[in-house]
Amino acid sequence: MDKKLKRILPRVQKPARYTGGEYNQIIKNKAEVDLRMAFCFPDTYEIGMSNVGMRILYSTINSMTGVWCERVFAPWGDMEEEMRAAGVPLYALESGDPVADLDAVGFSIGYEMAYTTVLNMLDLAGIPLRSEDRTELLPLVFAGGTACCNPEPMAQFMDLFVIGEGEEMDNELLELLRTAKRGGWSKKDFLCRAADIEGVYVPSLYEPEYNADGTLRCVTPLDGAPARVRRRIVKDFDDSHFPTRQIVPSTEIVHDRVNLELFRGCIRGCRFCQAGYVYRPVRSRSVDRLLEQGLESLKNTGYQEITLSSLSSSDYRQLPELCDGLLDYCRERSISLALPSLRADNFSMEIMQKVQSVRKSGLTFAPEAGSQRLRDAINKNVREEDLLESCRVAFAGGWNGVKLYFMLGLPTETDEDVVAIAQIAKDVLHCWRENALNKNRGVRITVSTSCFVPKPHSPFQWEKQIPMEEYLRRVNLLRGEMNMRNVTYNWHDPETGFIEAALSRGDRRLGAVLEQVWRDGGRLDAWSDYFSFERWRRAFEKCGLDADFYAARERGRDELLPWEVVDTGVRREHLWRERERCYASELSPDCRTQCTGCGANALIGGVCNG
Amino acid sequence: MDKLRLRFSKTGRAVYISHLDMMRTMQRAFLRAGYALKYSEGFNPHAQISILLPLSVGCASVCELMDFTLTEVSGLAELPGRLSAALPEGIRAMEVYAPETKAKQLKWLEIEGRFEYDGRDSVAMAEALNGFFARESMVIRKKTKRGEAESDIAPAVRSFSAMEGEEAVLVRAVISAQEPTLNPELLPSALRQLVPELAPDFAEFTRLETYGENMSVFR
Ligand code: SF4
Repeated sequence: MDKKLKRILPRVQKPARYTGGEYNQIIKNKAEVDLRMAFCFPDTYEIGMSNVGMRILYSTINSMTGVWCERVFAPWGDMEEEMRAAGVPLYALESGDPVADLDAVGFSIGYEMAYTTVLNMLDLAGIPLRSEDRTELLPLVFAGGTACCNPEPMAQFMDLFVIGEGEEMDNELLELLRTAKRGGWSKKDFLCRAADIEGVYVPSLYEPEYNADGTLRCVTPLDGAPARVRRRIVKDFDDSHFPTRQIVPSTEIVHDRVNLELFRGCIRGCRFCQAGYVYRPVRSRSVDRLLEQGLESLKNTGYQEITLSSLSSSDYRQLPELCDGLLDYCRERSISLALPSLRADNFSMEIMQKVQSVRKSGLTFAPEAGSQRLRDAINKNVREEDLLESCRVAFAGGWNGVKLYFMLGLPTETDEDVVAIAQIAKDVLHCWRENALNKNRGVRITVSTSCFVPKPHSPFQWEKQIPMEEYLRRVNLLRGEMNMRNVTYNWHDPETGFIEAALSRGDRRLGAVLEQVWRDGGRLDAWSDYFSFERWRRAFEKCGLDADFYAARERGRDELLPWEVVDTGVRREHLWRERERCYASELSPDCRTQCTGCGANALIGGVCNG
Repeated sequence: MDKLRLRFSKTGRAVYISHLDMMRTMQRAFLRAGYALKYSEGFNPHAQISILLPLSVGCASVCELMDFTLTEVSGLAELPGRLSAALPEGIRAMEVYAPETKAKQLKWLEIEGRFEYDGRDSVAMAEALNGFFARESMVIRKKTKRGEAESDIAPAVRSFSAMEGEEAVLVRAVISAQEPTLNPELLPSALRQLVPELAPDFAEFTRLETYGENMSVFR
């Protein structure tokens, strides 16, 4: 281990997250490696190691002979300070080698608030932030992940983006980079060739022009780059790679367990939900394969918990069979099976009862909106009867806590809709009184609200976010109604949501703001320990940009949207139609009941049948 | 079922794994190696394992001891090999046996320390250190649960010797393992408090061997 690092580690919190060396880490012989990649996650080790996507890609990339992919996470503030003071550059966990010495530096960006951390990590690595300042081919700096479905805010920093699912695309990209490295290609030559890979977006090959009012006039592709970049997906998900020899961290992380991915995508089409649109269409894994992957992962890791992770696990067609199969194995070994993201319906509750026979603490539901009218408008197909019936079953079965998540500021929301949230809490409380197995244990009902953030590529991509003062007014309105004992009301501060809204639908000019925030000390902005609204406000001002223009402005139907350079497969007309149905408070059927023709089936070249 | 004892080492990058994390790591490694640890009964069952002397973060050891119980005692001969293969880098299982001693009989620890002095002469430093640690009494301030307390650590240092090593002074000492427990970090800490000019710029330690009351090897 590096001598300087050795002196630092005893002084920082939780040093084990900075050392690597975990069980199942992949170490390769440098003599047999001709391309090295740093897989960077712009958040802490505990968050990054809990990310399923990162674990999959770490494994698929390392399946390439001659390519070694290592992990890099963001240091917490104390570690960053020590590293800067001692002159220790950002290093890869497996080898301890400086990130800047590797050939490819790829970031997985899941959410907008990680942008400043990406910049900070580049700086800690000693790599120039802007793509144009990196004239050599290596290290190639690129990014992927959900937040990259609008790549524009980070466009000036990245050499390229991988849009969509990386399992196949990343390996194709690295293969090309290996050829380029061997052949001594220029960066420009490489980027032009990379743009031919489906899903690869090279921002320097696109020139945006703006109207006088600040909206986008046009984007001109250069050097034969495609007009739009189509999101890449794995067509045969059942057959796609899943790592069953996953790294087992030696220190505690957030989700310390085996994660089984049942399917990609979601059949539901909630109109506020970006994930429900950008991962289409649904592609599932077979029960047999899932059982095989689950059991093998448990054996290889020694984990005592397994969870089913997908956007809406209840929608997995063979969920009962899968749970039975897993339970057969888990029961006698005291391994627990967790089922997050269940819908509030009878079917789910039956499974829930079967699965969580031991731990009966908390149950979580996300009705998102208080009134049926608004739930219809956002296409959240949950009826209060179902929710209450689920609670009834749960309370009668001995559960004594329910968490309910809502958003404030959804399109078409009125004060009536806001107050209806309190009514749900009252009804749930009443339901507990009527059905509780043991009332002496009491009940904890927690209601949380956050401020709705309109996201690109969702039907609400044209919407304005409500102003922060308005959000707080609605919070206070709701607080006035939440006067029941046993009911706790938590609300998220609107400031992070506002910045998130500005960034998520931002254009290329926001790069200057991001850099300014970082220069002013911003990083780890997803953490309230580090987020400073004042710093963001200052940066927007200094760059002469208006955050409201991005967050709080309704876009016109014909406005060219900066993120439309990405083609997710879902047609714009479909999104617009869904938006209009919202204003008519009309539901749309889910993909299984009836295809509404969003267009995403073209990505698999056939009919959706997940 | 009978208690078993595992002797293992923890070196390299593994030294930063905390005591609590180490317990979890061991439990998972046993599962991966195919050995079922016995669990306690009750509401919140936990594996019946106990590491004899918790090791502080950053300290290496080639003589760690852990007591555990298996639900089924078979394949003990292969256990060290299989467990080692299931453990993270830097942790190796060396032997497993039915212990004949009780944890509280462990009295002394032999440790090795590397004291780094940036830009200072190792030979001279080693000599000065030997002089200092020959003192009859070394009263220092220690952090306790209730603030700070004064304490004489000399009785807890049974022997001490320093010699010149590669870019550092190599220290060998036998210190009290229990009642009182002397954290090796208190050696450089004593220097900082009593003879700052002898305080190293960095010190790291490795536990070498465990001993009983009369300095016979403890197993
Ligand atoms: S094409 Fe039809 S079934 Fe397929 S994702 Fe779109 S709406 Fe759903």
